[in-house]
Amino acid sequence: MTALLITLAGGLGAALRFWADGAIRARWQPALPVATLTINTAGSLLLGVLVGLLGAGALGPDTVAVLGVGLCGGFTTFSTAMVEVARMWRDGHRRRCLATLALMTVASTVAAAAGMAAATALAT
Amino acid sequence: MRLRLGALVALGGALGTLARFGLAEALPTPDGVPWATLVVNLAGSFLLGVLLEALDRAGEETSRGRALRLGLGTGLLGGFTTFSSLALEVERLLAGGELAVAGGYVLASLALGLVAAMAGIAVGRGRSPERPGGRAR
Repeated sequence: MTALLITLAGGLGAALRFWADGAIRARWQPALPVATLTINTAGSLLLGVLVGLLGAGALGPDTVAVLGVGLCGGFTTFSTAMVEVARMWRDGHRRRCLATLALMTVASTVAAAAGMAAATALAT
Repeated sequence: MRLRLGALVALGGALGTLARFGLAEALPTPDGVPWATLVVNLAGSFLLGVLLEALDRAGEETSRGRALRLGLGTGLLGGFTTFSSLALEVERLLAGGELAVAGGYVLASLALGLVAAMAGIAVGRGRSPERPGGRAR
């Protein structure tokens, strides 16, 4: 049952990414892939919150698996980010490629940590 | 139209998520290294590189091409790979004082992910002949 809900949540997450990606790109097309950066950072923040709530006992493991593995996993993407930076590298934008990788990693990790800290502080 | 395309992305995303979940259940995490995330992310980056480059080289996007890009690329491979798990795993390793494992894991993910996407792009370019109408990206 949990596997089915994770699957459905993953589909919902991917559809939300499709929508968010289109909405961001329609307004803004900067040099860095801001849509993917925003999506991955937001998904990491939410996953941090979920795992923080799990640790505080405010959410059960099944709920966190459905929303974390399913929704956040389906929403965020590694493959799109890598193809985007690989194309930057190929087109000679080496510094932009490395800056995107560094920014995405730091922003996502900090977001996960902040989400977890905030959820832990609020729920305990 | 947009709704139908969204449904296609959702269907692909659901299948990709199921595959990632199945692999994560099957693969262990010895020494705290989350192998499942690394494996899905590298495989997904390679395959997305192949797909997107092959579609780009095929020329002006047809409705079939768009369905493949959104269903298989945005949906299936986007749902298969994950950045949030990577971020959380790195955060957990750092919080646990496993600085070397965290650094090695994140550097391996990014460097190999970039190489995998480049290899996929090379394969995708090789498999379908370039045509004058091909979109430059």
